[in-house]
Amino acid sequence: MDPLEVARWQFGITTVYHFLMVPLTIGLGIVLVAMQTAWHRTGKEQYLRMTKFWGKIFMINFIMGVATGLVQEFQFGMAWSEYSRFVGDVFGAPLAMEALIAFFLESVFIGIWLFGWGRVRPGIHLAVLWLAVLGSVISAYFILAANAFMQHPVGVELVNGRAQMVDFWAVMTNPTLLIHFPHTIFGALAVAGSMLLGIAWYHLWKRRKDGIDTVDAEGYVIVGSTGSKARDEIDYRGWRTSFRWGGWIAIVAFLGTAFTGHTQAQMMIEQQPLKMASAEAACHDGTGFSVLSVASRDGGGATTCDDVVGVFEIPGLLSFLAHNDFETPVEGVNSLIPKYEEAFGTHLPDDPRYGERAGSEIDYLPVMEVTYWGFRLMITFGGVAALAAAIGLWIGRKGTVPYDKTLMNLAWLSILAPFAANSTGWIFTEMGRQPFTVVPNLNGVDQVWQFTAAAVSPGVSGEEILFSLIALTLIYALLLVVEVVLLVRYTKGGHPAGMPDLLADEQRDDDDRDKPSTDVLSFAY
Amino acid sequence: MEFLPTLWFILIAVLWIGYLILDGFDLGVGMLMKGWAKNESQRRVLLNSIGPVWDGNEVWLVTAAGATFAAFPHWYASLFAGLYIPLTFALLALILRAVSIEYRGKSHSQTARNLWDWCMAGGSFVAAFSIGAMLALTSTGLPLDSYGDRVGGPFAWFNGWAVLGGLAVVGVSLAMGWAFLSLKTLGAPREAGNRHLRRYLPLYLLPAALWSIGVIVSYPKVVSWGMLAMAVGGMLIAWVASRQRREGLTFVGMVIFVALGVGAIFTSLFPNVLPSTLDEAYNLTVTTASSSDYTLSIMAVVTAIFFPLVLAYSAWSYWTFRRRLDDQHIPESAVVTPV
Repeated sequence: MDPLEVARWQFGITTVYHFLMVPLTIGLGIVLVAMQTAWHRTGKEQYLRMTKFWGKIFMINFIMGVATGLVQEFQFGMAWSEYSRFVGDVFGAPLAMEALIAFFLESVFIGIWLFGWGRVRPGIHLAVLWLAVLGSVISAYFILAANAFMQHPVGVELVNGRAQMVDFWAVMTNPTLLIHFPHTIFGALAVAGSMLLGIAWYHLWKRRKDGIDTVDAEGYVIVGSTGSKARDEIDYRGWRTSFRWGGWIAIVAFLGTAFTGHTQAQMMIEQQPLKMASAEAACHDGTGFSVLSVASRDGGGATTCDDVVGVFEIPGLLSFLAHNDFETPVEGVNSLIPKYEEAFGTHLPDDPRYGERAGSEIDYLPVMEVTYWGFRLMITFGGVAALAAAIGLWIGRKGTVPYDKTLMNLAWLSILAPFAANSTGWIFTEMGRQPFTVVPNLNGVDQVWQFTAAAVSPGVSGEEILFSLIALTLIYALLLVVEVVLLVRYTKGGHPAGMPDLLADEQRDDDDRDKPSTDVLSFAY
Repeated sequence: MEFLPTLWFILIAVLWIGYLILDGFDLGVGMLMKGWAKNESQRRVLLNSIGPVWDGNEVWLVTAAGATFAAFPHWYASLFAGLYIPLTFALLALILRAVSIEYRGKSHSQTARNLWDWCMAGGSFVAAFSIGAMLALTSTGLPLDSYGDRVGGPFAWFNGWAVLGGLAVVGVSLAMGWAFLSLKTLGAPREAGNRHLRRYLPLYLLPAALWSIGVIVSYPKVVSWGMLAMAVGGMLIAWVASRQRREGLTFVGMVIFVALGVGAIFTSLFPNVLPSTLDEAYNLTVTTASSSDYTLSIMAVVTAIFFPLVLAYSAWSYWTFRRRLDDQHIPESAVVTPV
């Protein structure tokens, strides 16, 4: 069994899975900070209910990010030991600093925040959440610094066949990182925005369905109350605020990802031209952006450049995207590959440590179907989420959502779109850097690059990796079901899911209410 | 002897000591969720005694692994690839354990809670055992070739040291867990903790002592023997203190035992970081396995700034949640129902 292929599948599955949780942690964390800050400043109860409800949703997801993050750190050594040896000097540093500077901050302060209600002063409690979320944002910066190095190595030189760091500042201000980071944070906010919008939509819809809220002749909301604290006017105001926040966050986040994504694409044409060319299915040099290309059936299944047929091209658009003008041609696959072959060789070194692949021919073209569709699906899913947000804000402008089951179902679906955009985006960018783990600088400066075939652990068998791949995938699949079940349950529970006292107060007898509450724990697992 | 690699060797030893003390008691308490607790209220007392701090404690493991990657990439690569199978079990265990802590209280049925308890207890046990095996093998060696790659197949690492190390960390974790519970709770867990330590403490710590002795016999150093003697002194302090129900002192004695016991192993091992059982010439040492001085010095500066901060705010979190827990402090669990 080929360790390389199994290890690649494992890396892809565990990374994409981990990155389902991470954007929600970062995005929802930032939103949570805003909610608790609003509560602290205004004292309005709707903000407290929002903080508590979204805090529960946050924690259900947070823990999965923590649990799956460990796999990421360990598998560099386990499955990719040659990679770890080659770049450890420069790649390990941001990882270690991520743990020391970001993870401690995040984990220690999340613990204090979760158990600290009523135990620490409100101002301190708010500061604690700020610090925890700051930790998650810093951690994104460090891990993207590590990834940006793989996409565009800087601050290193080749010493004794290994990458050696010579300029830490360059690694931490890698231009690729500086544009990756805002793109990722906006991507995280898009996830949080759609989540807020979709779930708040459900509760506004449910209030309509249950006849609590009604509309007047012009369609404006008449807020009702069931007399229970769980579904009073403050409950309405909480969902209304989450709904509006979510819509605007999603739209701003989409614009942010689009703008940073455009800058990123331009940078990629300089740094990784083959990735962009294969994302465009651009075989020949040209200026047109192919909206849709297909592989001709003559190719016999395998898609190579020879049988790609452009179906619909917009003249000049590709040049505009790449260079901000309509004339400068962008190099296609057919002219790029010879350049790569000349610079980095046509065959892998004939070294026994490359296993069966020693001396075999190098295919510089990433899997075109994946990059092509990854790129398009990322943009499409992002756009769908933004469109759903805009529609939501429009039809919710009069204070409630229409009592319409179809729209409600679309709102549910729109929650998934930014997750899909994030996943396809990562698949695109990581598959697009193949056949390299560390992509070379085309001008040849630094001489630091590594083929994926040379990165896998030489002493580890394919069966070992297959074992962990199957075990992890099974556990991940089970836990995804558990997480979704819990998210749905807490979503349906509404504000009382985060504040059981909203209901408990009503059920308690008057005698009980006089009992002093014990203040050792205000929250317990 | 080079300064920076040596400094980083010490720092990594410190990180492992911190991990074994802090997550040690978390893992121990986790095992006791099934190993001792008899009913729902006892399980919730146990779970919530570590509730606010366990996640921060586990970051010591992440940092120890990350620091090894950054400071000694060859050590990290050879050890982690060589121990592919046990580390896979460690990961699965740590995943299930982490998730069970958060999700247990969110389950409605007793069956689900019971299942999560098994994840917690089993996960804590397997994680402690696998990490113990890994630490033991890095001190006694793996069959590594001249490149630092394991030869002999997926189970070439399996030997008595792996089992002894696994038992050692399980034993230390259980003892730390009892010591923590007697310090942190009132009533039944506190009594049980004192009782267990009073009766069995040397037995819990025996595998760790044997492991330490085994390593020092292979690489004898006076300083290591001295540290081991002081570690045994720490154990005696803990043992005597547990008989007098002086729980703070018991915990301090345990900390001394772990810190100096692990310290003895690391000083004995130095300057090796991962010996090869095939040929001494293939041993990974602090100099052959380390990163460049540039990387090591940058990381030393960052550590000098942030490590004290981490210690300060971690200490604050322990101070914030310093009160002892009892059944009556645990709020009733709320059932979430659709509005």
